[in-house]
Amino acid sequence: MSPVLSGILQLTAVVAALALVHRPLGDYMARVYSSDKHLRAEKWIYRLIGADPGAGMRWPAYLRGILAFSAVSLLFLYLLQRLQGVLPHSLSLGFTAIGPDQAFNTAASFVANTNWQSYSGEQAMGHAVQTLGLAVQNFVSAAVGMAVAVALVRGFARSRTGELGNFWADLVRGTVRILIPLSVVGALVLVACGAIQNFAGIHEIGQLTGGTQQVNGGAVASQEVIKELGTNGGGYFNANSAHPFENPDAFTNLFEIFLILVIPFSLTRTFGRLVGNVRQGYAILVTMGLIWLGFTALMMWTEYAGHGAALQAAGGAMEGKEQRFGVGASAIFATTTTLTSTGAVDSFHSSFTGLGGGITLLGMMLGEIAPGGVGSGLYGMLVMAIIAVFIAGLMVGRTPEYLGKKIGTREIKFAACYILITPTLVLGFTALSMALASPPGSILNTAGNSVHDSGAHGFSEVLYAFTSGANNNGSAFAGLNANTPWYNTTIGLAMLLGRFLPMVFVLALAGSLAEQKPVPETAGTLRTEKPLFAGLLVGAILIITGLTYFPALALGPMAEGLS
Amino acid sequence: MSTTTPVRTVPDGPEDERPRGAEEHGRVSGGLFDPAQLLKSLPDAFRKLDPRVMVKAPVMFVVLVGSVATTVLALKDPGDWFGWAITVWLWLTVLFANLAEAVAEGRGKAQADTLRKAKTDTVARRLTGDGAEESVPGTELRVGDLVVCEAGDIIPGDGDVVEGVASVDESAITGESAPVIRESGGDRSAVTGGTKVLSDRIVIKIMTKPGETFIDRMINLVEGAARQKTPNEIALNILLASLTIVFLLAVVTLQPFAIYAQAEQTMIVLAALLVCLIPTTIGALLSAIGIAGMDRLVQRNVLAMSGRAVEAAGDVSTLLLDKTGTITYGNRRAAEFVPVKGTTAAEVADAAQLSSLADETPEGRSIVVLAKEKYGLRERHEGELVGAEWVPFTAQTRMSGVDVDGRKVRKGATGSVIAWVEERGGRIAEDTRALTDGISQAGGTPLLVAVEEELPGGKSVARVLGVIHLKDVVKEGMRERFEELRRMGIKTVMITGDNPLTAAAIAEEAGVDDFLAEATPEDKMALIKREQAGGKLVAMTGDGTNDAPALAQADVGVAMNTGTSAAKEAGNMVDLDSDPTKLIEIVEIGKQLLITRGALTTFSIANDVAKYFAIIPAMFAVAYPGLDKLNIMGLTSPESAILSAVVFNALIIVALVPLALKGVRYRPMSADAMLRRNLLIYGLGGLVSPFIGIKIIDLLISLIPGIG
Repeated sequence: MSPVLSGILQLTAVVAALALVHRPLGDYMARVYSSDKHLRAEKWIYRLIGADPGAGMRWPAYLRGILAFSAVSLLFLYLLQRLQGVLPHSLSLGFTAIGPDQAFNTAASFVANTNWQSYSGEQAMGHAVQTLGLAVQNFVSAAVGMAVAVALVRGFARSRTGELGNFWADLVRGTVRILIPLSVVGALVLVACGAIQNFAGIHEIGQLTGGTQQVNGGAVASQEVIKELGTNGGGYFNANSAHPFENPDAFTNLFEIFLILVIPFSLTRTFGRLVGNVRQGYAILVTMGLIWLGFTALMMWTEYAGHGAALQAAGGAMEGKEQRFGVGASAIFATTTTLTSTGAVDSFHSSFTGLGGGITLLGMMLGEIAPGGVGSGLYGMLVMAIIAVFIAGLMVGRTPEYLGKKIGTREIKFAACYILITPTLVLGFTALSMALASPPGSILNTAGNSVHDSGAHGFSEVLYAFTSGANNNGSAFAGLNANTPWYNTTIGLAMLLGRFLPMVFVLALAGSLAEQKPVPETAGTLRTEKPLFAGLLVGAILIITGLTYFPALALGPMAEGLS
Repeated sequence: MSTTTPVRTVPDGPEDERPRGAEEHGRVSGGLFDPAQLLKSLPDAFRKLDPRVMVKAPVMFVVLVGSVATTVLALKDPGDWFGWAITVWLWLTVLFANLAEAVAEGRGKAQADTLRKAKTDTVARRLTGDGAEESVPGTELRVGDLVVCEAGDIIPGDGDVVEGVASVDESAITGESAPVIRESGGDRSAVTGGTKVLSDRIVIKIMTKPGETFIDRMINLVEGAARQKTPNEIALNILLASLTIVFLLAVVTLQPFAIYAQAEQTMIVLAALLVCLIPTTIGALLSAIGIAGMDRLVQRNVLAMSGRAVEAAGDVSTLLLDKTGTITYGNRRAAEFVPVKGTTAAEVADAAQLSSLADETPEGRSIVVLAKEKYGLRERHEGELVGAEWVPFTAQTRMSGVDVDGRKVRKGATGSVIAWVEERGGRIAEDTRALTDGISQAGGTPLLVAVEEELPGGKSVARVLGVIHLKDVVKEGMRERFEELRRMGIKTVMITGDNPLTAAAIAEEAGVDDFLAEATPEDKMALIKREQAGGKLVAMTGDGTNDAPALAQADVGVAMNTGTSAAKEAGNMVDLDSDPTKLIEIVEIGKQLLITRGALTTFSIANDVAKYFAIIPAMFAVAYPGLDKLNIMGLTSPESAILSAVVFNALIIVALVPLALKGVRYRPMSADAMLRRNLLIYGLGGLVSPFIGIKIIDLLISLIPGIG
């Protein structure tokens, strides 16, 4: 079978699996977030944290819940890393305390569902930090994202009320009823396929060539599954999903891609159910799917069509890709991980062709909305839909409305603020890093070369780092040594601001929508469930978001890829 | 050497010709865009360069700042032709934007001048407490004052007639030269300051303070002085401001990236890039679109008291239309003569015509007309019949007729005629009741025709001959109009005082979606509130004082100019022509305003793609030769590429001014069809046209010696 055909077949398999699962899972999630009943385990948790799950929250209260919860998580995670040195050996594996800037960076990273890792897992983090700290955040930070998405959807679905539901209930339910059960099933599949799951220590193993190698054990499979399912991306090992303990073979690779996509795509169904019109959910699904498929196809094309004899002989650009996955599966993984806020990698994005690297960058720059992170993808896409409706809605001769809610001054103000945040963080921090004398020294590829020769690639590395951080992706372009106080701090800030500032505006928007009375649909209403609107939305996303980054992309991947 | 040759591009984009025939009748004929207006408005455009004014339009304010910055830079390096060229075109961009607004306002100014002429200082004849008159200047009148106006007087202020009846020339306001009758009491009591009494004497109670009269408000409105940004315009401004910030960020952060790439850019190039990227097209035309939208209403003799109302008109989903005058012609007309058993239709027609000759009411005349049209009965004149004794129609007898040649012919309301026949011991045909009921049920009004004839024996006998079917005639084309409205998603509700049976029949015939029969003002109010509770926006027309609460409650309340002051005060629009059908046009104008805004925004944003392809390779192809592949337009040189983009950016504003003023073409169609059409023209057109435009400008610039 030719590599291209195999790539296409794998893509088809992923699409088929998603098509099969998204309806029942989406419907199930809709029931989870709208049910009145509490499980016994949930009641215990509510009693423990002293929350009343039945109390309706207006948007400021909902936001306060998120911020309080995340602040506590951040502090806990920071202290856990700082105190690693005093933990018993069985919990710390003998690793010492993490430095303050890196501990802040890592805590911010996992609380913000980014999982940017400026550390190397097997050389820094013991069982306690990995399992009690990082793995827990993998669940709850994902559940926070889903809660915000559900709150926004409720804003559309509800009328004449400011209440968006209860944050604590949404957080607990998302974790207990969605993420944990799915993770258990997923972990079993991964273990069955060879991923490891133990609390073993560090093994010293003799290599064939004579040297020795340290190999860590750990609760890998359980962390691996939530890493993908919760679009987190923080690998147990530095090599992430390229490591055979995390991602043993071609099947687990496809399975992990499926895990990354399954909740974000299924949430469109949940959205459709909750607003009482599943076709609205399909329109969002189609929009996300179009961008995801388009990017993947483009990525496959640029990676398969690599120029030069070596690439042709290998059947594509194989540098930085695992033999057991090949070009096709690596391309699907790369676009999937950057179009969601996952950031797990099974190949080195830095080693992709210049344009391929650009595609991963652009994927994140679109705001990670196709299908995006769990929850964050849906709310990001809905904000873009509001912007598209606002412009296009005027063209049907009515003041714009979406899902029966008017998009007025207040709504557009929040949406406009939302789309301002990530470009500000990405371009601002990148510009600062480039303008300051010292930080670019971290750029790997400048070593030994004149800055100019590898300038474009070096620039891409920095741009990628902040794009990944501010969009809560977490994947790295490699090459850049980001474990410096400057990058640890700035990327840490970018991650926190890029996660929580948008949530402020999304919740404010949700509150504003929920207060409105619905506008009945008539023949004069813009039909947002039609293919035409999905196409329009794709265009609006590409033009509005894409154009913001065009100059930066031109100086990075385009300069490299077009030469 | 000059690089600022006035290059005119003809963008192959959204030039739209709107058929103007429909609006030529207006008081102000200037519907068409006249290029001479551009020249006339030039001084105003310069006046608007005041930063305090410009700051209100954030997008153009950024361009202004950019122009100042490049001017300073160009002055520092006076030998650099490129710097000067960019500077000049940036200033032109700002100027063109101001010009668009000035032109839009200019049209209103001309109207305001005409109105001011009507508002000459008048001397009012105020009645003092003891009934004597005193002369005071019109400006000193207070609310509640009573003033006297006689033939030839200019009415000194807005008010209601409290005594007398007069014909008034209102042409100063409505442009309609035929005088109108104003009388105390009822719904025709309102008079407007500045209009002229032609006959008789009336006493007017002043209802508004000087300076706040209708004519003052009109002047403010058409001049744009009272113009406030509408909610949607504010929202769009917010979005445009945020896009401007995003692009400002993209350009500001570009310099460190460029320095790293060893391709540092001059401030002039960065300013040029910024101006090309921010949505200047819509930013420049936004306020002109709003002003022109109000202006289009004024041209149709409708005054919107707020821009908000115009926007709301586009959103209306329920139209309340008065039956009489809007859906049907004002009066019932005879449609059919139905004979009872034993007579013929021709017989009925003959009797009906005879008995109606003395009936001067519209119904009566319509009977004569029908008899002539359908039965060929020549109209007989009263004088023709010798010895005829005419019985004119009165409200008391509710009958009319004639006694001639021993025949007594009568026609009138069912009850009256039956009583008349029975009085004479006559015979009521047994199918009479069935016939009249049938007509009632069909929404018509039955009139009976009866005759009393002397038999040869000297005995006279009375009998009913037949029934005249009077019916409300639905105006032509209404069914199609409502069909269009339905496709646009607008529900029509007919309001009538008729009984439900009649109302249902007319509603069915006219094709309205719903009707409100035996409607009282309270019913109307309840209906509006019910619709609004469901999230719908409601538009209605009204003229009477009892309409005022409903007019105020409706989202779009159009008061007829003939109506009372209360009604005009309550509504948010006034129709000077007092034509209730205009509500439909108002909705269309509202929609057209929103569509124009959306279309130009889409066009403006889509334009950016091409500008990137012109400017980015020009900036960086030296540092990274590969980027020259982005120069897909094959532009001559970096300078020419950047200049061409800036020139296109400026000229497209001028090219779109006519479209902004006229509005994009609007035809009633479904939202889907409309979106597809506009996306194709303004989205795709906006994407493609700058590629062509910039290429053409580049070709022309490269012809200039020393540049290409």
